[in-house]
Amino acid sequence: MKTKILPFIFISFFSFVFLIFYKGLKNPNIYTPNLNVEKNIPIFKAQIFQKEKLISSEKIFKQDKFYLFNIWASWCIPCREEHIFLTQLSKQEKINIVGLNYKDKDENAKKFLSELGNPYDIILSDKNGTLAIEWGAYGVPESFLVYDNKIVKKIIGPINEKSFLEFINLLK
Amino acid sequence: MKFLKYTIFIIFSLNINLSLAQNDDIKSEITKNLRCLICQGQSVHDSDSEFANSLKLLVDKKLTEGLNEKQIYNYLTEKYGEWILYDPEFNENTYFLWILPILMFLIGGAIILRLLIIKKS
Repeated sequence: MKTKILPFIFISFFSFVFLIFYKGLKNPNIYTPNLNVEKNIPIFKAQIFQKEKLISSEKIFKQDKFYLFNIWASWCIPCREEHIFLTQLSKQEKINIVGLNYKDKDENAKKFLSELGNPYDIILSDKNGTLAIEWGAYGVPESFLVYDNKIVKKIIGPINEKSFLEFINLLK
Repeated sequence: MKFLKYTIFIIFSLNINLSLAQNDDIKSEITKNLRCLICQGQSVHDSDSEFANSLKLLVDKKLTEGLNEKQIYNYLTEKYGEWILYDPEFNENTYFLWILPILMFLIGGAIILRLLIIKKS
């Protein structure tokens, strides 16, 4: 009897371990950010694009209004795709678009804006990329919908038609 | 008198170097424990990507602001989640991971001990 219990324990233990590893194999091992968490926006001071002046976050984000915080750069190709949607959103009255120019040359950024139009109410400059990290971003483009100093929605990658329509619905 | 002045100056400047070096040590220790989120299988310390470089700068900035290692980890997990740390903390999601090796060791030891006892008797 004793000799039969031991193999049974062995087999069940190894199949248990195998199951766990097998399940673990299927888990994605790339970073998948959590998109639906309401978080407070970071408090920061940033340089205004093409100006020496610093502006604090309290002065940009006010309560009872929607803000779209959009991280962009002239060297980023998907940013060109989403630009049409940003331009359309900028026509909406209920939302302000705040741009963060990420690791970019002022000259190129200026050219980008004169070529495609400027949908931003204010543009901040992030030359070394630390401000983007304070927002929890990890690439460009990335957009955060802010309401009442809270991040309501986060979009990784360019804004597409689907996310654009979601924004419009939220603004109604 | 002049000699004294010079020695004080030299000792002082060496001390500054020492404290700078210590800050660098902590920085590399922290960045080695941070996962570069956009590169596969590399720590922030090893990577030269845009994201990693910015993160290194941010760690530097936080250290000069006076935050310690743990506070910086907390700050970053708040932004990016536990995934950014290579050394996961002990909580309800990871307790199995931490306990499993000890459990295996104990069970294995018990089995060996039993076999030995059986053999002896």
